[in-house]
Amino acid sequence: MRFVDEFRDADKAHALAAKIAALCEPGRSYKFMEVCGGHTHTIYKHGLEDYLPEAITLVHGPGCPVCVIPMGRVDDAMHLASRPDVIMTSFGDMMRVPGSQGSFFDAKAAGTDIRMVYSPLDSLKIARQNPDKHVVFMAIGFETTAPSTAMTMLRAAAEGLSNFSVFCNHVTIIPAIKAILDSPDLRLDGFIGPGHVSTVIGCRPYEFIARDYGKPVVVAGFEPLDILQSIYMLMLQLSSGRSEIENQYSRVVPWNGNVVALKAIGETMELRPYFEWRGLGFISHSALRVREKYASMDAERLFSVPGVRVADPKACQCGEVLKGVLKPWECKVFGTACTPETPIGTCMVSPEGACAAYYNYGRMNRNRVPEAARAGQS
Amino acid sequence: MSAGSGWIEEALREHDHGERPENPGGRAALPVTDREQQVLDRIDRARRRHPRVREERITMSHGAGGKATHTLIEAIFLDAFRNPLLEPLEDAAELRVPVSSGVTSEARLALTTDSYVVSPLFFPGGDIGDLAVNGTVNDLSVAGATPLYLTAGFILEEGFPVADLARVAASMRDAAAAAGVTIVTGDTKVVQRGKADGCYVNTAGVGVLSRPVSLGVAHARPGDAIIVSGPIGDHGITIMLARGELDIEADVTSDTAPLNGLIADLLDAVPGVRAMRDATRGGVATILNEIARAADVGVLVREDDIPVRPEVRGACELLGIDPMYVACEGRLVAVVSGDSADAAVRALRGHPLGADAAVIGEVVADQPGIVRLKTAFGGTRIVDLLVGDPLPRIC
Amino acid sequence: MCLGIPGEVVELHAEQPDLAKVNVSGVKRLINIGLLADDPPKPGEWVLIHVGFALSKIDEAEAAAAMEFLEGIGQAYEDEIAALRGSLIE
Repeated sequence: MRFVDEFRDADKAHALAAKIAALCEPGRSYKFMEVCGGHTHTIYKHGLEDYLPEAITLVHGPGCPVCVIPMGRVDDAMHLASRPDVIMTSFGDMMRVPGSQGSFFDAKAAGTDIRMVYSPLDSLKIARQNPDKHVVFMAIGFETTAPSTAMTMLRAAAEGLSNFSVFCNHVTIIPAIKAILDSPDLRLDGFIGPGHVSTVIGCRPYEFIARDYGKPVVVAGFEPLDILQSIYMLMLQLSSGRSEIENQYSRVVPWNGNVVALKAIGETMELRPYFEWRGLGFISHSALRVREKYASMDAERLFSVPGVRVADPKACQCGEVLKGVLKPWECKVFGTACTPETPIGTCMVSPEGACAAYYNYGRMNRNRVPEAARAGQS
Repeated sequence: MSAGSGWIEEALREHDHGERPENPGGRAALPVTDREQQVLDRIDRARRRHPRVREERITMSHGAGGKATHTLIEAIFLDAFRNPLLEPLEDAAELRVPVSSGVTSEARLALTTDSYVVSPLFFPGGDIGDLAVNGTVNDLSVAGATPLYLTAGFILEEGFPVADLARVAASMRDAAAAAGVTIVTGDTKVVQRGKADGCYVNTAGVGVLSRPVSLGVAHARPGDAIIVSGPIGDHGITIMLARGELDIEADVTSDTAPLNGLIADLLDAVPGVRAMRDATRGGVATILNEIARAADVGVLVREDDIPVRPEVRGACELLGIDPMYVACEGRLVAVVSGDSADAAVRALRGHPLGADAAVIGEVVADQPGIVRLKTAFGGTRIVDLLVGDPLPRIC
Repeated sequence: MCLGIPGEVVELHAEQPDLAKVNVSGVKRLINIGLLADDPPKPGEWVLIHVGFALSKIDEAEAAAAMEFLEGIGQAYEDEIAALRGSLIE
């Protein structure tokens, strides 16, 4: 597969591993956060940590848009789905996320009409085919996915479709990163920056990280060589005392982002004054809602949702995992009471969740490649 | 909700016991990798506990062939029916039936049963009839048996077109002829409109075990080679695309085929075959995990060596699904002794259905119970059972 | 963050200008290219696909440059290993 296979080449990985190891100062350790859940997934799926010396630790960040949805919002979605006149449509990612009364999957088993879609446009198709029902699309994702929801809404408006609405749970990445930077729990040396979010927002929004916090950021692609190369670029910055924003994923990410996408978001959505994030608490201006102009497509306005704040189960430590304070296996219930079959929190069931990635891919003894094992010995 | 609270409290107590600073050698004192190993050991113990079904209702996951299915089978069916013939939970049961013909002797038979609920009924490469015959033939063949006789039970939905039923029956006739088996008895029921998705088929199959082999995944041992007879994931992707909801066009067809000829060639050529399975729902990954669990061994496979057609790979990448979990319907996974691996691959490749046979990995002694994959990138990860079907993801 | 796959644009939809057919390793799907309205892709160009939409064009020059850099590292590494081996000969 073009643009995929060449970025999974093992020989180049060995070469990069040697370069990275050579940059490690003896006795020093390095902590980089990969913000994006998609990066966490790639790291574990390809066994990337085998190429890193022990001195480098990757900290998993909160960039998992499913993981950060609080239980109360999942309950709200279930409430909407349970209406007999509603067909709820959702990406596969949401299906197993537990609310306080079970997940979409459980509700489907009990007879609720919940259908999995690959694209929000599929929801429009279902709406057209079922004029006597109302189709709600569960919109999740960061700025990567918001433009698609926006374009879908614009299309629905152009067609005059009246039985379609969106339950908007889009969140924005910058406030989450800022919350991490301001958190006293973490000492990070740099960030592996979100790749696909950046195709929409560009690289400029990260400039404050280098300028105000002195941390380097490398915007990275999603193949394992992309991430390994980004780590190399971070190490280069650190060794030469720089802190800048760099774009490793330049084949896909335009520095200025995608103006058409940003305009579509701006036309249909606006920032909420505040939104609750699992683990990070209430963050201001961190999530999107449907604009007044498109009220007829806003599920929250059309139907009333309970909007109850539900605390995470006492045993759940998703918040600390999302902030990077705990590694998945350091959570008290990881792998024992909380498993993909019996999830307590979102991190274990989202495809981008750090716990899911570690449980499904990483739960083993690691063997570092020789190049990585030699780090710090020069 | 899922886990009962007692379960959680117990897990927390176990965790805390290691955590107390005054506990000599308690967790705070250990370097990171040892602590992580303790957690991995704790998880391993938890996974080996007696299975319990925590859901109140059956969900689609229970039918996917992954963890939920295994838990259901063990906790409900094995628990209720427990007996030594059932316990191996292989694709077919091995029976000894006393036969008296002057001198009392025993016939060794293999018996299997299967139900077919595929939707759509007709798809590129075959239909539910083909699956029914081939699937049953394969379950018997992987036990080392020569398949002989099948039953065919039909549950039909009111309103189902008779012409479609005739088409299914014709497919089954042709598939049976190709496999050299006879359909000797059956049953028909009709249920009201809205049930049975058109047509469900149930089969049972019986074959004779004439070879002096004893096959079973529990026989796998370190040094054995794991072989797959051809590209994986064809059937599952074909069905997913044939459902039409994903609007994806691709030139993929189901790999449904009877494997008895292929398997006979393998068993004739190679005495060192330990076990065979046909990879159906749950895919190759599920079988690898069954081997690791049943024989308490480690399994190590290499991504570079696993054959996947480019279109299947493209569809999987597009949907965010791993081909190792996607169903096949005409693929053999064989565990053979290390020194017979080459002969086994040659024997398989000599048959049209095994043209792309390849060794994909080994049985190893370390990390028993765990399946590991050496990725094309060169790193390693584990391959666990999924809970249910692989779900397309956007993230 | 989310799953984005490179695909080659095969043809533009005759009636609907914001739709195009893409090919991913032999698998074809219609996707919406409305987000690239400022610089629509042409057949033969590659795009990044996410939930049925093209998010960005893949810049082949940048991709080639990225590969060149990685190949350069690979070559330098091989040279070093060869030099190391060469110096071990007594």
